[in-house]
Amino acid sequence: MAEYNLTTPLTDALVRDLRAGDMVFLSGTIYTARDAAHKRLMELLDQDKPLPFEISGSVIYYVGPTPAPPGRPIGSAGPTTSGRMDIYTPRLHQLGCKATIGKGRRNMAVRQALKDYGAVYFGATGGAGALLSQCITAAKVIAFEDLGPEAIRALTVVNFPLLVVNDSHGQELYVQPKGLVP
Amino acid sequence: MRVLDAQTIIDAVAAMCIRANQILPQDVRQFLAQGRAREDNPAAQEIFGQLTKNYELAEKTGLPLCQDTGLAVFFVTMGQDLCVQGMGLTEAIQAGTRQGYAQGYLRNSVCDPLTRVNTNDNTPAIIHLDLVPGDQLKIAFMAKGGGSENMSTMVMLTPAQGLEGLKEFVVRTVAQAGPNPCPPIIVGVGIGGSFDLAPILAKKALLRPLGDINPDPRLEALEQELLASINQLGIGPMGLGGKTTALDVKIAMHPCHIASLPVAVNIQCHSARHEEVQL
Repeated sequence: MAEYNLTTPLTDALVRDLRAGDMVFLSGTIYTARDAAHKRLMELLDQDKPLPFEISGSVIYYVGPTPAPPGRPIGSAGPTTSGRMDIYTPRLHQLGCKATIGKGRRNMAVRQALKDYGAVYFGATGGAGALLSQCITAAKVIAFEDLGPEAIRALTVVNFPLLVVNDSHGQELYVQPKGLVP
Repeated sequence: MRVLDAQTIIDAVAAMCIRANQILPQDVRQFLAQGRAREDNPAAQEIFGQLTKNYELAEKTGLPLCQDTGLAVFFVTMGQDLCVQGMGLTEAIQAGTRQGYAQGYLRNSVCDPLTRVNTNDNTPAIIHLDLVPGDQLKIAFMAKGGGSENMSTMVMLTPAQGLEGLKEFVVRTVAQAGPNPCPPIIVGVGIGGSFDLAPILAKKALLRPLGDINPDPRLEALEQELLASINQLGIGPMGLGGKTTALDVKIAMHPCHIASLPVAVNIQCHSARHEEVQL
């Protein structure tokens, strides 16, 4: 398992090098979006309207942070469960989104999209929102402000610690439960 | 008749909402440390290390332990010789929730189920009330995250499926949840009662301290057996593999109808945030 220091935007070549289990320290700009924001993004696409950020090479972080206390750019900011966004994710990868960050398992359609479009799924540690927030140096709402914690924010991150959970070659890091046939 | 001012309740509830979201209970810390010592998978050890740093940092900075500061769930035990003055008991708890979530910079995570429009003050809280003899008021608060709640399940088993069916259901629920609910988890199991009571029992069981002994020896044995079966699944911290899928299993039981065997599994993530106050 390798370790990488990567900076956004991500390229095809960078992403194809990554393997499930690799550790990545990510820097640059990433965009927050969870359930409500994804729904709005799909509506924009359906209406042929531009998205509020450059989707090509982008990294989307599934997070709804707590409000920033005085003197900090953001509150607690760990990942939410990714599976709820599965229905939207392949379309975003098709448009050039190179990675998503969350926690928990992705469905077959997302894993196929990672292969088809050259993208990865990163896991961040769930329930470590205070710790992860220390890697975020700036946060700005760029769309859907009315959604509150679910608004789209541009986050500036420095060495944000991630694990490659699903790579673009069909491999997955999560272990299968032993002994029970699901 | 003892009289209690509603403002006392509001302030106590607000303080609990804030503190519980910043300070991880000691029993959970102990169990995380024991889990870390048990693991030989470096990825599992790394997760435990991050979780330890996270609760230390949250306590030091006042940042919430997790960005999901939860649906506010209360279990209230009220002596029937107590009278709340100024406003109703439930209104006071709602007001305290509103105040605590605003003052503590906690996330508003409650919305209309259909329009998905946020209520913007984290109310309404979910309040379970028990009336008991006496004049005391006990309020237990849980900040219940959505990720683990989404992996919780309920089933009406048949009497023929019995204890074996119950064990299979609990372990399968955890297996299917996999990495999603932020393992290592705590598993609350409600057995019996009715369709509505079993999940409440499961949730209430999560308030017990980790490592305590169930007063019913049958249930104590079942908790140990289920914990062992769950940890044999090998899911491990964050689903990365390891010996610690669950920190503990807690069971509560109630007699049920001769035709039924209701079973509910309420999953709690490792960030098991709850507090209790007596007024």
